[in-house]
Amino acid sequence: MLSRAPCRTAQGLFRNAKTASRWTPSIPMPARCGYATVQSDIFKPTKYGGKYTVTLIPGDGIGAEVSESMKEIFKADNVPIEWEQVDVSGVDTGNKHTEELFRESIASLKRNKLGLKGILHTPVERSGHSSFNVALRQELDIYASIVLIKNIPGYDTRHKNVDLCIIRENTEGEYSGLEHQSVPGVVESLKIITRAKSERIAKFAFSFALANNRKKVTCIHKANIMKLADGLFRNTVRKVGEDYPSLETNDMIVDNASMQCVSRPQQFDVMVMPNLYGGILSNIGAGLVGGPGVIPGCNMGREVAVFEPGCRHVGLDIQGKDQANPTALLLSGAMLLRHLGLDDHANRISKAVYEVIADG
Amino acid sequence: MLASRAIAAPARQCLRQARAPQRWLPAVPQSHRRAYAIPTEEKVAKFPGKKGPDGNFTVTLIEGDGIGPEISQSVKDIFAAAKVPIKWESVDVTPILKDGKTAIPDDAISSVRRNFVALKGPLATPIGKGHVSLNLTLRRTFNLFANVRPCKSIAGYKTPYDNVDTVLIRENTEGEYSGIEHVVVDGVVQSIKLITKEASERVLRYAFQYATDVGKPKVRAVHKATIMKMSDGLFLSLAREVAKDFPGVEFESELLDNTCLRIVTDPTPYSDKVLVMPNLYGDILSDMCAGLIGGLGLTPSGNIGDECSIFEAVHGSAPDIAGKGLANPTALLLSSIMMLQHMGLNEHAQKIQQAIFDVLAEGKTITGDLGGKAKTAEYAEAVMRRL
Repeated sequence: MLSRAPCRTAQGLFRNAKTASRWTPSIPMPARCGYATVQSDIFKPTKYGGKYTVTLIPGDGIGAEVSESMKEIFKADNVPIEWEQVDVSGVDTGNKHTEELFRESIASLKRNKLGLKGILHTPVERSGHSSFNVALRQELDIYASIVLIKNIPGYDTRHKNVDLCIIRENTEGEYSGLEHQSVPGVVESLKIITRAKSERIAKFAFSFALANNRKKVTCIHKANIMKLADGLFRNTVRKVGEDYPSLETNDMIVDNASMQCVSRPQQFDVMVMPNLYGGILSNIGAGLVGGPGVIPGCNMGREVAVFEPGCRHVGLDIQGKDQANPTALLLSGAMLLRHLGLDDHANRISKAVYEVIADG
Repeated sequence: MLASRAIAAPARQCLRQARAPQRWLPAVPQSHRRAYAIPTEEKVAKFPGKKGPDGNFTVTLIEGDGIGPEISQSVKDIFAAAKVPIKWESVDVTPILKDGKTAIPDDAISSVRRNFVALKGPLATPIGKGHVSLNLTLRRTFNLFANVRPCKSIAGYKTPYDNVDTVLIRENTEGEYSGIEHVVVDGVVQSIKLITKEASERVLRYAFQYATDVGKPKVRAVHKATIMKMSDGLFLSLAREVAKDFPGVEFESELLDNTCLRIVTDPTPYSDKVLVMPNLYGDILSDMCAGLIGGLGLTPSGNIGDECSIFEAVHGSAPDIAGKGLANPTALLLSSIMMLQHMGLNEHAQKIQQAIFDVLAEGKTITGDLGGKAKTAEYAEAVMRRL
């Protein structure tokens, strides 16, 4: 838990932002002076012995089962990938190695630059440290989360022709983890929006839209109420959008956006937003096309890319019952293969997935 | 600008002085007082109004801008036809600047104070610096702490979802919309989400009470306590506490992500529940639920406070169709029905509601936004015929 002192001196903290770590556990975040453009963010890990090494974090709940299926399927297709599995878990087992495993997974991801990950459970009761999922993203500075919401052929839902992409800032906003109790019964939770990070995610969203032949980027915000914080985000996105004249840019208030999402989702293309709204909209989106089991996602940073199911549901309730749907993890795996340039394998696997679903 | 670090401190003091005698101050966040002093056994936000000598309740009517006067006229006509014992008192809430701050004219304030209840059409917020939205001003002036948003599928208007029947109660005074923000250094903004025990407990208590009143067996608190451990954690633990006082109502909690996902996938399991949540989540989810049944033109809303309650249509003032007689008064009508229920006039409420639903289900005299051709007045007449 954050002690009160750092919060009271929050201002001081931000002045020292380059040297002090915002996140309490002991590994300091690497100091960054500037943010590279997205183009230079595209990196290719090197092959060793004809194979790529990829960190695999199965995650909690259904994670173990679905990643087992995924490994089998990848093996059947002779994908040149070697898995480096780290069984870190967010469920409190009383095991002292949890923290150690978490470090190990970070080290492994830093080494391999690529990871495939299930979702880690975050108990509400835990007060010792923040969610492992959030910590991992902050630690590796994987700032952009991409979630693809697309109808799967053969799986009919209430909405047709949905094809939208949610890009979400991953490292600040409401998930800053800065909270304190001023007096008993009065809690303040800080939402942090910075121009640098807003600019970075905006650039990412626009380059992503260009690279994937998308037409429109919609900025989601609540600037009518949070005039300063979301206002900064909206204005930054708008300004970055001026550099991309071929793309249409607009913005929408988050409550209206979620209403439009359930009534006419076809109007959206690429959406870019701060952290919390991303969580809400990606789940609404998942509901549109058939649930969290079919939504692939990816978290991109400057150096590391972690692919994970887009909706981040742990599924502890159906754990071990062999009922889990590995589609999301498989499609995330296919995204990983495309990221590596292994398009053949990616297409074969995703085609197979879609065919199985279409067959029912 | 709200950019002073000093703001948070007075806000806290406000809470400490919660029982200070001062009842009203211009609506700026710093001076926004709260007074929470309700004994547990007494009902939250009970309607204290009494009938006048002529046997009628007086209700303040804020007609609003744009289409407001037209749709208010429909409500007045229908209420007259249904012989509802209500006398309207129209007031003007065009904002005035008082000491450089947006404020509502004193007449309007004293009218609402006197009548304890008001019905309000859509208001346009003047665009420009320094203007706080009027809706927000009203909410702060009268300390309307809970926003109730029921959403029910309307027979006759087809959407991808059938049988939606959700009720959402949102904390209305703090949370992410506390209005406390500041620029730390250029390019770094902090926005403060404020969660207090008093405000949370009150809205939670109201949620349980509402569930009992309308006969929903469950209350579900929606939160994100996995990430915001202290703020949403406080809300959640208070919900568990309050639940103990209502043994007849089943309490559950759910993570915001799951709620979003499940309502969109299939809203039917939410029919027996009242959802209660902090401000921002409530704002987003209530509009999303409105989207499920066809938009804001069909959803009523009530803002509940201890002192008085304001029922309103949450849609915009639609200046483009104002004065043409094309507007759909359903949202305001349904809000007025919520108002009747709040005042204990359940019979009239039931009668009018049934007439409205019948007209909509028949689909012959519906307005343009629902795909019909009828004018506002024709629609109102159709409702009156069925009374």
